[in-house]
Amino acid sequence: MTEEIIIAGFGGQGVLSMGQILCYSGVMQNKEVSWMPSYGPEMRGGTANCTAIISDEQISSPVLNTFDTAIVLNQPSMDKFEDAVKPGGLLIYERNGMTRKPRRTDINICAIDAYDASVKMNNTKVFNMIVIGGFLKIRPIIDMENVIKGLQKVLPERYHHLIPLNEEAINKGMEIITVEHKLN
Amino acid sequence: MKELRLMKGNEALAEAAIRAGADAYFGYPITPQSEVIEYLMANKPEERTGMVVLQAESEVAAINMVYGAAGCGKKALTSSSSPGMSLKQEGISYIAGAELPCVLVNVVRGGPGLGTIQPSQSDYFQSVKGGGHGDYKLIVLAPSSVQESVDYVKLAFELAFKYRTPVMIQSDGIIGQMMEKVELFEQMPRVEPDYEWATIGRKEGKPSTFVTSLQLQAEEQEKVNLRLQAKYREIEKNEVLFESHYCEDADYLLTAFGSCARITRKAMEMARAKGIKVGLLRPQTLYPFPTEEFNRLAGQVKGILCVEMNAGQMVEDVRLSVNGKTKVEHFGRFGGMIPNPDEILNALEQKIIGG
Repeated sequence: MTEEIIIAGFGGQGVLSMGQILCYSGVMQNKEVSWMPSYGPEMRGGTANCTAIISDEQISSPVLNTFDTAIVLNQPSMDKFEDAVKPGGLLIYERNGMTRKPRRTDINICAIDAYDASVKMNNTKVFNMIVIGGFLKIRPIIDMENVIKGLQKVLPERYHHLIPLNEEAINKGMEIITVEHKLN
Repeated sequence: MKELRLMKGNEALAEAAIRAGADAYFGYPITPQSEVIEYLMANKPEERTGMVVLQAESEVAAINMVYGAAGCGKKALTSSSSPGMSLKQEGISYIAGAELPCVLVNVVRGGPGLGTIQPSQSDYFQSVKGGGHGDYKLIVLAPSSVQESVDYVKLAFELAFKYRTPVMIQSDGIIGQMMEKVELFEQMPRVEPDYEWATIGRKEGKPSTFVTSLQLQAEEQEKVNLRLQAKYREIEKNEVLFESHYCEDADYLLTAFGSCARITRKAMEMARAKGIKVGLLRPQTLYPFPTEEFNRLAGQVKGILCVEMNAGQMVEDVRLSVNGKTKVEHFGRFGGMIPNPDEILNALEQKIIGG
C-alpha cells in the first residue's frame, strides 16, 4: 500500500497540520511516512499545501507531480491540483467557497461540507479534522485508534483534553462526506 | 534507548547537534534553514547540556565566533543557506588554514545572488571546490534523508576533530523542510577540551599555543600547505562514503546526491519496471569523492546520467573519475525547480540509452 496525498487550501485552514496528523497516525500504524510542505512564496500569499506519503515500503521521492488523492479546500487549489490526480485516483473537495465543480471524469470525486459542519459544532477549528474523517471514510488506510495516538503526539499535552472533540469531528466527517462521482 | 520521532530535517539536525555534545551554535536566520536556530532557541540547550546558542548580528560574525570557539578546542557549528554561506567563505578559509575543527551546514537554495528560497544543489562547487581562497578542502557530507541529517552531525564532529578540519553538511530545502521518521542517538556528554593545539591557557612548562592562518614567510606557508595536502590524501584514502542500488547487473548508471538522489531512485525503479537494467550510485561524501567506484562501474555500464538540481557541477567529478571510459551526461533543473522522476527517466532514455 502506498498512498500519495496532496492537501491544499488557504493558510489557516489547517492544511499543514492535516498532513502531519496523517503522517503521525501512519507512524503509529508502523507505516513509512513523508511530509513535505510548500514553504515558498506561495504560502506568504495565503495558499498552502503539503504532500503526505504513507506507505508500507521505503519512500523514495518526497516530492511528487501526481497523486493518488488530492484534498482541495479552496478554488485555487482545485484549479492547481485537479489535473494532478492519477487516473483512477481520488479528489475530495470542500464545497464552501468553490465556484465550480470538478471536471475530471476518470477519477473518483467526493465532496464535503466540512466548514458548515464545523460551524454547527460551534468550533471552526475542527474543520480540518472533519475533512480527515471524510478522507479516512473513503480511504480507510489508518485505524481510528492510531489516529488518536497520532493526535496525542502532534498536540502539546495542554491540549490533550481536546482529543475527544477531535474524535467527534473525525466521526462527523465520516458521516457527511458524499460521493459525487464513482468509477466502476 | 534510541528514540523514534517524526521531525523536519532542520529540526532533527538541530537536535542532533545538542545530542552530539556540541558546545556552541552561532548563526543567523535565512530561509529555508531558519528552523535550525528556531529549534535550538526553543529547546534551551543551555539548560540541557550547557551548550551556547547565539544569534549573531550577521553571517560574518557567526563564522568568526565559530573560529574563536574552535580555536579554544570547542565543538562549534553554524548553519545558513546559500547567500549566507557565501558571506561565511572568508572565515571558512581562515578556519581551514588555521587547521581547526568545526561543522558547517548549508541548506542550499536556488541562486545565484539572492536567488530563490526553493531547494537547489547549485552550491556543489562552492562546498567541494573551496568557496573561499587558497588550497583548502572541506569534507562534504550530503544527507538524503532526515535520518542522515541526524547521523551526519555526529559523523561531522568526529571527522572534524579527527582531521582538525571544517566539515560541511550540504543539505537543501527539501531535506531541511520535509518530515520523516527519525531515530535519535542518545545524548553524548560535552567534553572539556584538552588538546595541545587549543588556546585554553598556557600550562606550566609548555610552550604557548598560537592559532593563526597567517605565515609571512613563504617557506613556512608552503609547509602549511604540504601538511594540508597530506591530510587531504589521508581523508581521500579513509573517508569515502557512497551507497549503491542495483549496480551489480546494471547496463546504465544513474548518479545523484542529496534529495535529488531520492527522486532519481524513483526514476530508477520506473526504469527497472520497464525492464531497463539501471543502477544508482549515490555519493554520501561529495569530498572525498567516490572516484574509484565510478571508475570501476565505468568499465561495466554503457553510460552514466548525472542528475542534479544545478546546471552541471558534480558531473565534472564524475567525468574526471571515469576518465573517458564511458559516456557521462548531465540532467538538471535549476533555480529552485525540482526534477520529476518522469523527466529523469526520459533524459536517461534520450541522452544515454538512445544517444
